Amino acid sequence: MANPNGIGAPVRRREDARFLTGRGSYTDDINRPNQTFAYMLRSPHAHADIISIDTADALVSPGVRHVFTGADMAADGVNSLPCGWLIHNKDGTPMKEPPHYPIARDRARYVGDIVAVVVAESREQAKDAAELIVVDYAERPAVASIRAALDGTAELVHDDVPGNVCYDWHLGDKAATDAAFARAAHVATIDLVNNRLVPNAMEPRAAIGEYDPANGEHTLTTTSQNPHVIRLLMGAFVLGIPEHKLRVVAPDVGGGFGSKIFHYGEEAIVTWAAKKVGRPVKWTAERGESFLSDAHGRDHISHAELAMDADGNFLGLRVKTDANMGAYLSTFSTSIPTYLYATLLAGQYKTPAIYAEVTAVFTNTAPVDAYRGAGRPEACFLIERLVDIAAQKLGMDPTALRRRNFIPKEAMPYLTPVALQYDTGDFAKNLDMALPMVDYAGFAARRAESAARGKLRGIGFATYIEACGIAPSNIAGALGARAGLYESAEVRFHPTGSVSVFTGSHSHGQGHETTFAQLVADRFGIPIENVDIIHGDTAKIPFGMGTYGSRSLAVGGSALVKAMDKVERKARKIAAHLMEAAETDIEVKDGRFTVAGTDKGVTIGDIALAAYVPHNFPLDELEPGLDEQAFYDPKNFTYPNGCHICEVEIDPDTGVTKILNFTAVDDFGRVINPLIVEGQVHGGIVQGIGQALYENCVYDEETGQLLTGSYMDYCMPRADDVPSFTVAYHEDAPCTHNPLGVKGCGEAGTIGAAAAVINAVVNALSDYGITHIDMPATPEKVWRVIHAHKPAMAAE
Amino acid sequence: MASTVTLTVNGTTVTREVEERTLLVHFLRDILHLTGTHIGCDTSQCGACTVHVDGRSVKSCTMLAVQADGSTVTTIEGLAAPDGTLHPMQAAFREHHGLQCGFCTPGMVMSAVDLVRANPTPSETEIREGLEGNICRCTGYHNIVKAVMAGAEAMNGGTLKAAAE
Amino acid sequence: MYNFTYHRPATLADAVSLLGSLEDGKALSGGQTLLPTLKQRLASPADLVDLSGVPDLKGVREEAGGLTIGAFTRHADVAGSDVVARVIPALAHLAGGIGDRQVRHMGTLGGSIANADPAADYPAAVVGLGAWVRTDRREIAGDDFFTGMFETALEPGELVTAVHFPKPDAAGYAKFANPASRYAMVGVFIARFGASVRVAVTGAGPFATRVPAMEAALAASFTADAVAGVTVPPDGLNSDLHASAEYRAHLITVMAKRAMEAMR
Ligand SMILES: Cc1cc2nc3c(=O)[nH]c(=O)nc-3n(C[C@H](O)[C@H](O)[C@H](O)COP(=O)(O)OP(=O)(O)OC[C@H]3O[C@@H](n4cnc5c(N)ncnc54)[C@H](O)[C@@H]3O)c2cc1C
Ligand code: FES
Ligand code: FES
Repeated sequence: MANPNGIGAPVRRREDARFLTGRGSYTDDINRPNQTFAYMLRSPHAHADIISIDTADALVSPGVRHVFTGADMAADGVNSLPCGWLIHNKDGTPMKEPPHYPIARDRARYVGDIVAVVVAESREQAKDAAELIVVDYAERPAVASIRAALDGTAELVHDDVPGNVCYDWHLGDKAATDAAFARAAHVATIDLVNNRLVPNAMEPRAAIGEYDPANGEHTLTTTSQNPHVIRLLMGAFVLGIPEHKLRVVAPDVGGGFGSKIFHYGEEAIVTWAAKKVGRPVKWTAERGESFLSDAHGRDHISHAELAMDADGNFLGLRVKTDANMGAYLSTFSTSIPTYLYATLLAGQYKTPAIYAEVTAVFTNTAPVDAYRGAGRPEACFLIERLVDIAAQKLGMDPTALRRRNFIPKEAMPYLTPVALQYDTGDFAKNLDMALPMVDYAGFAARRAESAARGKLRGIGFATYIEACGIAPSNIAGALGARAGLYESAEVRFHPTGSVSVFTGSHSHGQGHETTFAQLVADRFGIPIENVDIIHGDTAKIPFGMGTYGSRSLAVGGSALVKAMDKVERKARKIAAHLMEAAETDIEVKDGRFTVAGTDKGVTIGDIALAAYVPHNFPLDELEPGLDEQAFYDPKNFTYPNGCHICEVEIDPDTGVTKILNFTAVDDFGRVINPLIVEGQVHGGIVQGIGQALYENCVYDEETGQLLTGSYMDYCMPRADDVPSFTVAYHEDAPCTHNPLGVKGCGEAGTIGAAAAVINAVVNALSDYGITHIDMPATPEKVWRVIHAHKPAMAAE
Repeated sequence: MASTVTLTVNGTTVTREVEERTLLVHFLRDILHLTGTHIGCDTSQCGACTVHVDGRSVKSCTMLAVQADGSTVTTIEGLAAPDGTLHPMQAAFREHHGLQCGFCTPGMVMSAVDLVRANPTPSETEIREGLEGNICRCTGYHNIVKAVMAGAEAMNGGTLKAAAE
Repeated sequence: MYNFTYHRPATLADAVSLLGSLEDGKALSGGQTLLPTLKQRLASPADLVDLSGVPDLKGVREEAGGLTIGAFTRHADVAGSDVVARVIPALAHLAGGIGDRQVRHMGTLGGSIANADPAADYPAAVVGLGAWVRTDRREIAGDDFFTGMFETALEPGELVTAVHFPKPDAAGYAKFANPASRYAMVGVFIARFGASVRVAVTGAGPFATRVPAMEAALAASFTADAVAGVTVPPDGLNSDLHASAEYRAHLITVMAKRAMEAMR
């Protein structure tokens, strides 16, 4: 009988019991005996030399224990925060990698750069004292945008980075692409801005540093998606703490969306300060600090062209993108607009020649790094907008043009001209499933009905593909990755048959404690209650890379399967011994080990007991115990793909866009828990809608001040901004190279949604002579389009 | 300056000396160690800190502890029955996967309970508008809305509707 | 937040005398504006005088056909009041659209108008209904109450005690909310008293003001179409990240039309 909590079951989440009753344990919920509080004094200027810092008054302020500056850290030999991916320029030289100190040393480079740290008995006392610190700044002109950075006369963000260019990189075959354009019958063109976003996980970042002089051990509790990565980066590169003396714990984490992957200065500061102060040091960001100092996302300016033959077959794609890195290189910043963006520019299409150039620039803004989707939404948005423009130009239905150019499923595995090998995918099927769900045939009538009410209706499509579970490590390493990309798992059976699973992957909302337990329950035929999933503590779990890039199940789940394989292999031997049968005669089904052709059988529980109480056990052949560990390094990325369709209605009086319908059909390979998968899609869609219609991170061009530094100005999508969604998936094209056949679902919604929404908005505005509108399509922007162009209809 | 405040929190009367600038949310989290009530912003927008004061939902980050002196406060920790049975709204959030990271959840549930007490049979639109003071970054609200629908029915004495499978 | 001394007087007289005698005291009403301000350390009053203990400041009553609403009446209590719904339903609608549920459970009428946020909703009703703002020492005409961005005719230490709203024959309010903050980017309140019409706009300029051109058009023909043709010049209107002055000017016309459509 299939396990009711096994693979494919919509198991209700086990972690919810604590979250729903207020018993979660997020970093800020944790208090250490005798703890102190740190307050980060941040630069109010986007760009200024730090002439001097006078901390005398702060030091004598009530409750203050210490005040630290960059000089104190320098004196202790604290190093720069490292960047995890080295990119090479077109000419083969390495990118510019200026230092990024946890506390700025002689220059502040963005509003929010830390210039001093106060440690006091309470949060408010630390803050009171910070106001008494006198920093003498000499302001410099701020470079607040990509355009400003690349203006030949711009101020330099880093003196040794000429032109503010971090790297100038390319991918693809330029000559072949130029040739494709030379014989094109049609060319579609777009200039677009991929708007800068603030990730805004609802839990602000927080960190607690502790030091135990008795054994020289440091502990950092932090809001991280990947505690081992932090331990490696901070221990080895920044503070010089050997890994066996550094424990990093990421307890319950309230959302990440990429922003909690990176190693931040505050983590190093509290860890270092705890030893200096001799007491635990706790820091929790206020939301305003999160806006200033969490790594932001997106922020591209692109120009792209698509060459087609007379029939609309894609011949070549040329892309030039400028990407903002912010003031310093955050952990994975450099890989986002390169290996996670340009490699995805083929999309679902068999475009034979692609050439992409990416220039990454420094500006006096917060560092920019991965935000849900990381590079892939930018790629999808660019391609899917360009395809719509092409359809408009050719007078073709946008679905027909897509179909004409889809990579057929028979062509899988398919090597794209931008270095990826898609393993599986049935793109036509996604579209075939989705079109009837949205009654595409009835759209014209619906549009007319809206028009009769004075409203503009539009429909938009996005057929996306993404690459998840970035790997394999050796290839990524050759491309500049400075870390491995595998995942680990340990399956520890206890003597009475219950199981503890240790995973290097991390949950901050994804529900690992449920899905990973489903895998184990399914495999061994045991109740899910008997399985616990342990993650997030380097003192407990094997070395793992954490959770990002929709990798948990594809990579972490595969590691778990490998560990379970090892358990089963050993269990088989034990079963054979227990039943006095040949190992080759043992059959395994749902956790029962039977002797072929007999009614003899033992359960995994019996075997576990025998393994730990080895009275009847092949001790000369096997070690006692049933506890196996595995590492899994994927052979390839996985390629989730799908078709998202959005229908909008615009009120021409106000320019307000209302989403009437949003339908997503996705291929995530095999689905372990449909309830959780659908939840991931819903959340992703709203982040995509947020980018398309609401969210925008704006710095003042002149001063580099963050103008959208709170929820008063940065527009987060609320419940009444969005509708309910229709989501569906198929499992007909499982991943061929991992044992579960899973592809990953965490980012898909965000990747497809923004393009689908903007395509729908542009479609709704098609009578107004535009081919593109930049995100976010705010009411005023839409209204301006409507009022700037006399509608074709009205002109008649 | 310090003041003495006496409140009934989740059925227990507590008296504490507090700095007058202490916000209710800090009183709950730091002094009573009821950390289920979260802080998600500093501009009174996100609703993660929502609790009930004298039966009405308020943002505990935008109320002083001294203002709540003499009041009855219910936090997420006080919503379930003493025997641990989840409040129907809590159960509905679990059934309909109305939470992911769980950070917005206590505030969301407290808001939802308040909403349904005021309007026992809310429509989808009323639920969405009623939750405008609570931001969730994870769920896209879809399952939260389903959960509140189901939770409302269960609060009205119906049985908890199962998530469609 | 900086430290301060907290007072909760039980009578209006005590509240007034406290505010009169304290060097640097501030009234605390619902706290939904004042506390966020203090949290950001943008103000540092030495004393806060909490008005919640003063019974005289609370409640809604009918007076001279219209409504008198105590300064310490919460937005939710105005929105949910049967009396308000009967006498000036547009006012209940306006109060029910302020902020969110939690904010409405705390925020008060007096705090809102004393604060005079250019994007607040109540000022549109105070001006649009020709209300009278009552204080501990006088009565101020709605038209004279708002004097600038976050500025009112109130003297230092002067407390709003109630607002008297005359009953219109019909009134309507339409708000275009700022998508991020949900305050009014443009809100238009229209009220008809016999043959005369008042139109007040909030959110668009530094403070709530009347729109004479619209009032004239509507006095001639009290229909949505009459106001749909009246455009407002963008000069002097707010221009920010969320909306240019030009767009705000346009929205005034659209919202005026919608206020007419919502007339009740
Ligand atoms: C998330 C959020 C959203 C909001 N959205 C809106 C919105 O959409 N529309 C809107 O209009 N408002 C909105 N507000 C503001 C809200 O309506 C506040 O309640 C209101 O602005 C202030 O009222 P209060 O009672 O909270 O006053 P408080 O914050 O207590 O006081 C405000 C100011 O008024 C002074 N004051 C208070 N009472 C008196 C009195 N009786 N006499 C003299 N001075 C007094 C105080 O000293 C202080 O300076 C929002 C607030 C928040 C937090
Ligand atoms: S923490 Fe109270 S509203 Fe955000
Ligand atoms: S569940 Fe994560 S913010 Fe709502």
